[in-house]
Amino acid sequence: MISSKSARLVIHFCLIIFGLIWIYPFVWMVLSSLKTNTEFLTSGINPIPEDPQWSNYTNAWENANFAGYFGNTVIFTLATVCIVIILSALTGYALGRIQFPGKKAVMIIVVAIMFIPKGYTVIPLYKIVSDLGLSNSLLGVIVAEASGAHVLFILMFASFFANIPKELEEAAEIDGSGFLRTFFRIMLPLSAPIVATTAIMQFIWTWSSFLIPLVLTVNRPELRTLAVGMQNFVGTYTADYAGMAAAATISLLPVMIIFIIMQRYFIEGVAGAVKN
Amino acid sequence: MSINPKQSDAFKEISDKKASKVKMSGRAKKRAIWAYIFLLPQVVFFFVLSAYPIIMSYVYSFYNWSGIGPLNDFIGFGNYKQLLSHPRFWQAFENSVYYIIGTTSIGVGVALILAIVLNDARLKGKGIYRTIYFLPVVTTTAIVGIIMNSIFGINGLVNEILTTFNLTNAPIPWLTDGALALLVLIIVGAWKGLGVNMVYWLAGLQSIPNELYESAQLDGAGFWQTLRHITLPLLKPMLAVIVLLSLVTGINAFDLVKTLTNGGPYYQTETLDLFIYNYAFSSEHAGGNTRMGYASATGVLLGIFTFVISLIYGMLSFRKEIKTFLENRKRKRGEES
Repeated sequence: MISSKSARLVIHFCLIIFGLIWIYPFVWMVLSSLKTNTEFLTSGINPIPEDPQWSNYTNAWENANFAGYFGNTVIFTLATVCIVIILSALTGYALGRIQFPGKKAVMIIVVAIMFIPKGYTVIPLYKIVSDLGLSNSLLGVIVAEASGAHVLFILMFASFFANIPKELEEAAEIDGSGFLRTFFRIMLPLSAPIVATTAIMQFIWTWSSFLIPLVLTVNRPELRTLAVGMQNFVGTYTADYAGMAAAATISLLPVMIIFIIMQRYFIEGVAGAVKN
Repeated sequence: MSINPKQSDAFKEISDKKASKVKMSGRAKKRAIWAYIFLLPQVVFFFVLSAYPIIMSYVYSFYNWSGIGPLNDFIGFGNYKQLLSHPRFWQAFENSVYYIIGTTSIGVGVALILAIVLNDARLKGKGIYRTIYFLPVVTTTAIVGIIMNSIFGINGLVNEILTTFNLTNAPIPWLTDGALALLVLIIVGAWKGLGVNMVYWLAGLQSIPNELYESAQLDGAGFWQTLRHITLPLLKPMLAVIVLLSLVTGINAFDLVKTLTNGGPYYQTETLDLFIYNYAFSSEHAGGNTRMGYASATGVLLGIFTFVISLIYGMLSFRKEIKTFLENRKRKRGEES
């Protein structure tokens, strides 16, 4: 659309400058994490640390318990992703592939969920998790996070399974494959792109989840995730700015790297949420 | 989760395949049983962890209840009455409205410009630019809030830059002045969410057939003419969906507000989400005692507020579609009778 060469150079120039400003907070975070606290306060706008202080990382990891928070976050995130994939794939398969009495009612409920005005559900969620006796372990945080109907994922799976040719299933049945076997051996592997999109989207959401872990670990410091632990860190070590930057880097870098590697699936999923 | 075209299409696709009214064969029966087994886990999850909490969030709102002990002090609409005459509630409401309008207008507008620039097929390095502008979206909001709290602090990076380049004489009180703090929240919120809107716009731009651009070029239309007469009119239906999604995201801005300003100074940037959290869980911001019932009532009002916005907005944006739908139905009925 834009024809002249000089115009395109100007566009590249603007995109690069604007882009650098755009991600500068993260660059600043990583570089600040290698400064001393005095340097952090006195170095002004100079972003380069004089002598990289790797001890900020060992301090955050060991003394401020980011090792524990990190482990919790990994378990919490992976378990939630697995539960969501299983639930959505099973529901999507039933809705997309099988005719059964009451199907219409289920579909109506699925859509109605999107419209009901919800109150503040974290309070009752907190109550029910303790009533189920799950508040003493990460399991409580995991089931709370995996709650809710994942309407987008369910519909993605349903429309994918609905479009698989019938012959494939019939051929498998002639070969003596039962319902479950057909699902796990043929259908689920075929839906790998949907599984990947669900996994990466849910991974990024859960890794960054804040309110549910914050409320559910309120009396259980040892169950905190990175986002919640970070909140606690700045409350406890108010003057440890470089430590804050190091802890933030530990928390953000994994999810940024995973996004950069898997971005195709993530961006496709996001775009799919709005595309026709 | 809000409805969008793709979901409704998928929904139609699935529900259109109507069950044949013939008597179910043995195979069909077996499959139906499997369908129920496959649905069971999601159904259990849904009733225990979604439906029950939604219902209870309404129930709690009619009680005077601190969150501990039995639920026995039923006060009807007492919490609601008190809320409507509580200045701090209205302040939070106002802040939420400013935040929603601010992030939506900046986020959706700038994202459109960026998407139009990045949609140019001949632009090199598109993928890299897209990654860069999308990156803030995937970062943990609660941690971004903490980083931004430092960057916008009185001796933070922003003030360092401004004073180094002599753009200001004295450091600007970004987070200690109420109006400025709200502005910082809006800017950071818009920055954080812009990438999502950009991807939405790119999806919309890519659905415009190339032939349209080609024939416009043959007719001698320049860049701006093409933009005005082809691109923007065709994106109009997308605008409605993107704005709605952005509004709804803005209503749930808890993570950022909690970590960046925590409602300060003096509740001047407290949004509805944070107001609820404070009354439910932090006694020092709830007048000494947590008040789950009061918080729940606010949650219900917020839910209804979200619902009403979506409804009004949906009706305004899809006026034409709703009208033709109703007319079609009338005509169909006329034909039938």
